[in-house]
Amino acid sequence: MNTIQQVRFIWKPVVFLLCLVPAALVIGDAFEVTGRLGANPIEEILDRCGNWTLRFIMITLAVTPARQLTGWNSLMRFRRMLGLFTFFYAVMHFLSWFVLDQGMLLSAILEDLTERPFIAIGFTTLLLLSALALTSLMAIRRRMGHRWQKLHNTVYVIGMLGVWHFWWQVKKDITEPLIYAAILAVLLGVRVWLRWRSRTKRPTTANP
Amino acid sequence: MLIRKPADIRPSEITSESNYLNRRDFMRAGAIAGGTLLTPISMSAMIPVSQGAALGNVGNSAFSTGEAPNSFEDISTYNNFYEFGLDKDDPAANAKNFKTRPWTIEVEGHANKTGVYDLDDFLRPFDLEERIYRMRCVEAWSMVIPWVGISLAEVIKYFEPTSKAKYVAFETLNDPQQMPGVRRRVLDWPYREGLTIAEATNPLPILAVGIYGKVIPNQNGAPIRLVVPWKYGFKGIKSIVKIRFTSTRPKTSWNMSAPREYGFYANVNPEVNHPRWSQARERRIGAGIFARKQKTLMFNGYGEQVAHLYENLNLRRNF
Repeated sequence: MNTIQQVRFIWKPVVFLLCLVPAALVIGDAFEVTGRLGANPIEEILDRCGNWTLRFIMITLAVTPARQLTGWNSLMRFRRMLGLFTFFYAVMHFLSWFVLDQGMLLSAILEDLTERPFIAIGFTTLLLLSALALTSLMAIRRRMGHRWQKLHNTVYVIGMLGVWHFWWQVKKDITEPLIYAAILAVLLGVRVWLRWRSRTKRPTTANP
Repeated sequence: MLIRKPADIRPSEITSESNYLNRRDFMRAGAIAGGTLLTPISMSAMIPVSQGAALGNVGNSAFSTGEAPNSFEDISTYNNFYEFGLDKDDPAANAKNFKTRPWTIEVEGHANKTGVYDLDDFLRPFDLEERIYRMRCVEAWSMVIPWVGISLAEVIKYFEPTSKAKYVAFETLNDPQQMPGVRRRVLDWPYREGLTIAEATNPLPILAVGIYGKVIPNQNGAPIRLVVPWKYGFKGIKSIVKIRFTSTRPKTSWNMSAPREYGFYANVNPEVNHPRWSQARERRIGAGIFARKQKTLMFNGYGEQVAHLYENLNLRRNF
């Protein structure tokens, strides 16, 4: 097997299954097989799915800088899958809010969306993520040309909105949203730095 | 699925077996009971030292709700007590070795009787009562909790506040050795709460020393905590070491921390939303994963007893 085959037939399935573990644990805990969801299971499900959405955004955003730093190009083959798992956990988070927390009560949902900014921010984040998920198909990507990259650069905006959404609903202790904000800042910083380095280096390599 | 039935043990069904096992407390209680046998007065509040020991001579109250109480597990593993950590399960994990004896309560300020009281002396003049109350957290979840405690109104009367006393202020123990949460300045420690004298002498508030007929678990505010059922849960200050009668409104912790979000009164009010979330509905803990939120009641359903306290108050401004 060459590297591409190894990635496709071994590593991608392994990573795929790993990405499903948090979701499987939610279901396992709900049936009290793998553990328990505690006294407030709905809040627990919401928190877990929300947290994993943020973690997957960070992991997805780390792929490109990690490739540039390590030179391991195969990493790029995981980026789309990781991005789609971000979307998957965001949808799970949204559905648990919509169905379990709000009981699909439209009046309460509309009030929450219009009157509570952190929910409006979360919803906007989900809409942006959906746009990225829908355009992740290769055929669409090809048809979009350079506009595809432009659209997908909004992933940083999505990351920021996601952290903001988390920050605003925390009652008091902002340690966790701060950690996400710091990771996001580092990931953005690395990218800016790599771009700046490649720009300043290029002329010297062109004219030895 | 997660349709957990709340335990329906009533304290009346709890035998004195655990009292027997707790021999020393049993004997102390017995000595006093022996004394009271000769006189027709009711038995004073005696509480055993150890967590989970059964409380004796607990009276019933007409203020108790008929709603099914939450399970002991839910009540004792899902709560806020920031002195022991910020997550709902932190208090249960971190308060295990919390020392609730010896325990003293300092009573000070505008009252005829003041001083430092040993907990047992503090409790002695009062009767224990079970009060099954709804508890509505400001975070929009709620429980039904079978507290055992003494009437705060009786306590206030006992210490004979003077006419200068307009408020009662409470303080929680602030012990970084035992309370990992106070090592970080999440709030301005010690935790502080307060009530107007009119609120404190209303028959509803209690100083709780037990849950489900047993000594209150450390994580729920042992050895003694405030319960004010028509206010958001954060008014129910835990592990009280100080009671002060003041002429001016005392500072209260959450109000100091975020005055726009948490008021001094903190009455449960479905019409006044928290700036970041709705207070119109609440999630009843233990109702199951597919249960809808239920409507929050004005004054948490205790309007009949307390609405008159706020007749001339703009509750939207004084939230």
